[in-house]
Amino acid sequence: MSISLDTGVALATIFILSIFVGYEVISKVSVILHTPLMSGANAIHGIILVGAIIVTAHAKTTLELIFGLLAIVLATINLVGGFAVTERMLQMFKARPKQTKAPEPPGPTTS
Amino acid sequence: MTPVWAQVINLGAAISFIVALKALSSPKTARWGNRIGAIGAAVAVAVVLIVNADTKYLVPILVAIAVGTAVGLVAAQRVKITAMPQMVAIFNGVGGGAAATVAVIEFFTVGATGGLVFLIATVFTVVVGAVSFTGSFVTFLKLQELMTSRPVVLPAGRWVTIAVALAAAVLSVWVVVAPSAPVLIALLVLGLLLGVLFVLPVGGADVPIIISLLNAFTGLAVAASGYVLGNVMLLIAGTLVGAAGTLLTRLMAKAMGRPLTNTLFGAFSAKATQAGTSVDRPVKSAGPEDIAAMLGFAQKVIIVPGYGLAVAQAQQTLREVVDMLTARGIEVDYAIHPVAGRMPGHMNVLLAEADVPYDQLKEMDEVNPEFSSADVALVVGANDVVNPSARTDKTSPIYGMPILDADAAQQVIFMKRSMRPGFAGVENELLFDPKTTLLFGDAKESLTKVAAALKNH
Repeated sequence: MSISLDTGVALATIFILSIFVGYEVISKVSVILHTPLMSGANAIHGIILVGAIIVTAHAKTTLELIFGLLAIVLATINLVGGFAVTERMLQMFKARPKQTKAPEPPGPTTS
Repeated sequence: MTPVWAQVINLGAAISFIVALKALSSPKTARWGNRIGAIGAAVAVAVVLIVNADTKYLVPILVAIAVGTAVGLVAAQRVKITAMPQMVAIFNGVGGGAAATVAVIEFFTVGATGGLVFLIATVFTVVVGAVSFTGSFVTFLKLQELMTSRPVVLPAGRWVTIAVALAAAVLSVWVVVAPSAPVLIALLVLGLLLGVLFVLPVGGADVPIIISLLNAFTGLAVAASGYVLGNVMLLIAGTLVGAAGTLLTRLMAKAMGRPLTNTLFGAFSAKATQAGTSVDRPVKSAGPEDIAAMLGFAQKVIIVPGYGLAVAQAQQTLREVVDMLTARGIEVDYAIHPVAGRMPGHMNVLLAEADVPYDQLKEMDEVNPEFSSADVALVVGANDVVNPSARTDKTSPIYGMPILDADAAQQVIFMKRSMRPGFAGVENELLFDPKTTLLFGDAKESLTKVAAALKNH
């Protein structure tokens, strides 16, 4: 007998189990890691890039193509920027030998 | 249909995200976790490119990825440490925008033939992604102080928000029952508007919680887009972030002593905080020599570092002052409020950058009983986290937030640029307390002068 599971039910099963996993894996996070963890989680949802590539690859009109490419750019910024900024935050937590720190480059932002 | 080998690799990517989140919640494994997540994501992107390599748009797609990569990398490298929370907000916003766009395009392609679940997932992705997009940009404007960080309450704002939300609900049902592209676009516009209306009334101190919440929103939008596209990996990754982000939002709210419902719905009833009613009240200020003497004669000093310290890039100078004090046998601790800086854990990141040893950093619960035995509490560039009105004044926007008991010390020194209230926009009574002494000026200059005075003392 072959396994028969309705696709909708299968997706719902995955969805519900993922909720529990997401809750469980970060339940013991210490306060000092709240910001990096949020940043890392933020990077992970940048994987919407995969979805953006799929719809762009199958675009049927120029308008769809243009918006698809826009979505790719946005999603890539989320994905790449997210992981890079998390890496930079976490670098500061690393135990380092003294006097190796490079001066911070001037940023484009004002504060 | 995605080939089986690609589905298997995608499963691996999904697992890497779970492992990454787990590792990111412990200091020892955090960096490793971030890299595992990045590798998983890179592999998943490579797979989708290989599977779709026959598309005639391969070159434009690759160019778009290159552009996004360049922008993301440069932004992440250039951003100042102090500005990281709003950088995360922007990254989150563009992710939400991408998810909404993907759902709209897929709707144009598949349309009414997608079935009920497809349509529900589509409207959900569009609305939530759009809210996250504009909402994140408003949080960016607030944190970057390009607009006021105080709650912005529009006339009849609450009713406008409710009306827009209702209209969005009606259009959502409309799209599901009778799929129509123009209605979906109208829904997208309402979602964008709703994001702005949702975040405008949020006060400065609550903005970090909202960023975390919008992060969870984007996660859920991505999960729903997984339904739309029938892509299990997107479903898992989005749901993970949605669930973890929701829990993280609750943990942050707890650390700040702000029930989440207050943050979200309290904003509805928020009134614009009255600007300083006590402009002309007398305060006691002193020069760097006096401050150096007060510190030099102390036996126990507790330092309360705040965002102003980081803005002035004064962490190193502070460390020099601390080194001079400890060399004299004075006991010095740093008291770290959970939300010092702009976000939970932000101050730890900032001080770690200045090589301040971890064992000198004391968390709030640990350090609060110590203040009563301290001779001096030195507050550098902080304000709201030592504001006693959080304990006593029920009308204060920060009422209920746990604070550092700096007012229990024998003397309190504030290093401040001006009498301007803190990020929450609330007057601080402690500034007017008789045992408080103020040293006005940029934190770095003040500390440099105090260090020089200590040398000659």
